[in-house]
Amino acid sequence: MAATAAAPRNGRVLWAAGLVVALLLAGIASFYASSQPDGLEKVAGDKGFLATAEDHALADSPLADYGVADVDDARLSVGLAGLLGVTATLTVGGAIFWLARRRDGESASSATT
Amino acid sequence: MMHTPDGFINAVTSVGAGGVAIGTMGVAVRRTRELLGERQVPLAALTAAFIFAVQMLNFPVASGTSGHLLGGVLAAVLVGPWTGAICVAVVLVVQGLLFADGGLSALGLNIVNMSLVGAIGGYLIFTAIRRLLPRSLREVDAVIALIAGVAAFLSVPLAAAAFTAEFAIGGNADIGVTTVAWAMIGTHVLIGAGEGVITALAVGAVLASRPDLVHAVESSAGPLELRPQEVTA
Repeated sequence: MAATAAAPRNGRVLWAAGLVVALLLAGIASFYASSQPDGLEKVAGDKGFLATAEDHALADSPLADYGVADVDDARLSVGLAGLLGVTATLTVGGAIFWLARRRDGESASSATT
Repeated sequence: MMHTPDGFINAVTSVGAGGVAIGTMGVAVRRTRELLGERQVPLAALTAAFIFAVQMLNFPVASGTSGHLLGGVLAAVLVGPWTGAICVAVVLVVQGLLFADGGLSALGLNIVNMSLVGAIGGYLIFTAIRRLLPRSLREVDAVIALIAGVAAFLSVPLAAAAFTAEFAIGGNADIGVTTVAWAMIGTHVLIGAGEGVITALAVGAVLASRPDLVHAVESSAGPLELRPQEVTA
């Protein structure tokens, strides 16, 4: 329930806070994520169709499976991969949404997020 | 994750899903061009990045299984269903191309399951529940967050059902569809519980700081911005 007057600044704060949280989650918390098979993988294993899975076409790529190739420290490897992923998603998403934004000359408050 | 790898589903079905995914994204881009104001661009991009981050966090559910947020309803409630659907698709593309997660030939399947069904389908559930509530309740922040949580919860088994449908149409393994359906939906009800809690908390947090930035609030209350034909309560 932010006061309207404080809204612009608050919006930047929210955005920055969201980005920091995303970077912390992908960069640090990701190391502690469960490595158990996910729902689909578990079902595929239990019901006997896991073997039909094929290797990913890019399985040898430097960031495959959320690790950076040649970084031996597991914590660092997944953390770096996470930071790169957040950055890449933000960049690609930003570019797409910028290109797909509404063009109608919004009011002067339009630059405030 | 619910990311379908290459090989589970045959080529014809995968290509068909690719067509549906392209069509969905075409509509989503067109609707985003009508709806997404310049000042909302950073929030939309951040929503995608946030979903990427949270999708890395697999949480344990019963008996040696894990799950993670799909984020469709979260994105849809925050930035609108069509923009939200693009957010999820961007995440899937980055995961598939950069991190070898989710088969490339299965990208269309994954976009159908998590973006079309998860985000747009989940958002339809969200609006439907909201419409059932009395007007006095449906604008209350805590209620909106709660409904988002419930819709997010339901969206996960719904996405699992979508996978099952694809498996029924073009699964490469000769296994009974009913067996797969029950296992998929049962497992993903558990994962959906996590989805619901995370979504409710995240929507609640944004509502508490900037309710005006939340699509679901703005579009139902906002006389300032015209949102033609939008499906919101």
